[in-house]
Amino acid sequence: MEAGAGAPRRSEASVGPPRWVLAAVPLALIGAAIAAFAALGGPGLGERQGPPVEELAVERTVLRPGEIELSVRNTGPDPVDVSQVSVADTFVNFQAEPAREVGRLSEQVLTLDYPWQEGSPYAVSLLTSSGATIEHEIDVAVETPQADAGFFGLMALLGTYVGVIPVALGMLFLPFVRRVPASWIRVFLAATVGLLAFLAVDGSLEGTELGEQSGGAFGGVELLFLGAGVAYLALAALDAQLRSRREQAGAAGAGGWRLALMISVGIGLHNLGEGLAIGSAYAVGALALGAFLVIGFAIHNTTEGLAIVAPLAAGERPPLARLAMLGLIAGGPAILGAFLGASVSSPEISTFLLGIGVGAIVQVIVQIWPSIRDEGGRSLYPASVAGILAGGALLYATSLLIAV
Amino acid sequence: MKKQQAKAKLEVQAEDRTPARRDRRGLSRRRLLAGGAATGAALPVLHGLVPHQGMHAALGSGEAAPHGSGPGHGEAGRAAHGGGSNGPTFRHGATVDHAANGFDPTKMLRDFDWGKARRQASGRVLREWTLVATDKQIEVAPGVHYPAWVYNGRVPGPTLRCHEGERLRVRFVNSSQHPHTIHFHGIHPSQMDGVPGIGAGLIESGGETTYEFSAEPFGLHQYHCHAGPLAEHIARGLYGAFIVDPKQGRPEADELMMMMNGFNTNFDAEGNQVYAVNTVGFHYVNEPVQVGRGDPVRIYLLNLLEFDPINSIHIHANFFHYFPTGTSLEPTEFTDTVMLGQAQRGVLEMCFPYPGHFMFHAHKTEFAELGWMGFFEVGGASERRSAPAAFCDLPDGRGA
Repeated sequence: MEAGAGAPRRSEASVGPPRWVLAAVPLALIGAAIAAFAALGGPGLGERQGPPVEELAVERTVLRPGEIELSVRNTGPDPVDVSQVSVADTFVNFQAEPAREVGRLSEQVLTLDYPWQEGSPYAVSLLTSSGATIEHEIDVAVETPQADAGFFGLMALLGTYVGVIPVALGMLFLPFVRRVPASWIRVFLAATVGLLAFLAVDGSLEGTELGEQSGGAFGGVELLFLGAGVAYLALAALDAQLRSRREQAGAAGAGGWRLALMISVGIGLHNLGEGLAIGSAYAVGALALGAFLVIGFAIHNTTEGLAIVAPLAAGERPPLARLAMLGLIAGGPAILGAFLGASVSSPEISTFLLGIGVGAIVQVIVQIWPSIRDEGGRSLYPASVAGILAGGALLYATSLLIAV
Repeated sequence: MKKQQAKAKLEVQAEDRTPARRDRRGLSRRRLLAGGAATGAALPVLHGLVPHQGMHAALGSGEAAPHGSGPGHGEAGRAAHGGGSNGPTFRHGATVDHAANGFDPTKMLRDFDWGKARRQASGRVLREWTLVATDKQIEVAPGVHYPAWVYNGRVPGPTLRCHEGERLRVRFVNSSQHPHTIHFHGIHPSQMDGVPGIGAGLIESGGETTYEFSAEPFGLHQYHCHAGPLAEHIARGLYGAFIVDPKQGRPEADELMMMMNGFNTNFDAEGNQVYAVNTVGFHYVNEPVQVGRGDPVRIYLLNLLEFDPINSIHIHANFFHYFPTGTSLEPTEFTDTVMLGQAQRGVLEMCFPYPGHFMFHAHKTEFAELGWMGFFEVGGASERRSAPAAFCDLPDGRGA
């Protein structure tokens, strides 16, 4: 609003009631209307038709010898009373905590007495008091690891293997990148765009699938978009902040540094999701596969290191400490992700974090885009297109290693 | 087997010949991100034999150390039974409220309804019953309620019993919200067949009719509603046993009626959630069927299970003479397991030579572990022991 328009309003307000009253009156009326509606039980609407809507989302499965523990949350509108439970078509004894029915958004822990066999899949069926069944599938039964010091040490080691070390290795290309002509740099940056675009698409697909599986109490696929929006806007704000600081400092050639930092942050948020994958693999006992997974992620993430150093080709030589910081920003979140994935992973959290990764990457692509323009100001020319495609292809090829 | 699961099994086999290992080999990032929580079609694994063997072990052989020594197995078998490797069980401590249901499976075993009989001028016996259909919520497993449709307030309906050649008159009152009929298995005129569009046809809510026919042939039959959709009208509970005794009668025995049934509580028409004999799952695990050692025992066994094509019974540590449909007085087989399709039934005759607890269950073990399992508790001999029937002998005449 222009200053000129504000002046008459101020004089109007001075003659009427105080400004807070103007806000408080509608708020009070809204509150009164809702309270009256609730107190009268929704006049005119009558009873809801049909049987109760019973929904439970299994948020966490813990397997101990002879025991399966399910943490369930009521994601439907009506209370749910789990009366009996069967595992692989066998009714089992179980304890429920709390013992009574579960209200909307409340949680219950069911401990099932069942001699499960390692490596087998199991279908668990929760039979409610109304006879409805809520199915839960355990893909592979493996004893759930205890979250002790050794466990956190292992997760930190895994995160370091797949996040920190490969990114650092990829950054070793910096001396090479600094010796090649500017046109090559633009191609490298185009490859980075391709690479990031692949990650964005990949993350979106994974997030969509996960979001569809979640119980829905806290949202499904929308969590992916929410996460993406949050990350995109937060990074845009961060970027604006970095730009204004650069302008204040009047530092020349800091553009490359800023871009490298932005890429690091974006990749770091993405690696949080990858850490989740590794932690979850550990939680479901797929660590035999861990070596393949680590090698796959390592090769994959080396390319991410390259993406970070590409903008640093021009300008003054960056200090080593700064480079180490960039590497940690990009790789370190894998460690955090591994903790989360192995301990508190739920489809909702995973979906949201994947969304964060996607939003961050899109923002980074937007950041890099101006840097791939050639002398004529074009973004899409044969070399840049080849670079984008090569980046995507590289990630596609290395991602195949992960799905071994 | 539920169709859905069979489908899952096929899919799994199509993509990998070793389904249990499938997820390890095919673990993708997406699957990993899901925390192994909810992706993929799981293969249902039947661990039928493991708990089954555990149960044998827990119960002992019967003769020397009768029972009560096994874990969780109490004095009258009423204490919590099973759990973990000891076999299937409902949640310990939870029970079905038989009073609220209005019927008790233990009493139902020997509850034969002979109706009201009077001899007509011709000398022929006329036997009359009244069956009232209503809608009623019943508890089929502890805490699990099923909106049933019932004859005379119970599932199965009353066990109607008569003698061959008698005149039968069944007044049917429909107090349910839905149209129903009663269709008897037996030999009778078309008008009395209890199907829509013939004779009285559908009996609308509030209406009534009387079915009248002769009791033939002798044997074990059933009656059930024949309104459409047929599967639902039967599955909801509108069925009962119809026993026609042969003119000369059968040898005296301790007689039991066992209706194999089940409840598709989630109405997906793919298998059932709870399987049972006489409606309440695992009832005879908690309250074993009491029989006398050496007593002749006759079981009228029927299969009115819907949504699953077959059912079966296996009685442990014993053999029985089997009379399919009960229409002959000569047994066709001496066995310990029979399989029945929908609406098939037969008469079992046997003696229990040893005291103790003897399990009986569907040897379609999936049904057994979903409720269709129970025990005979063989105690001291009753006076029937003094007149052992021929069916206590082995087929070649050796004494049991």
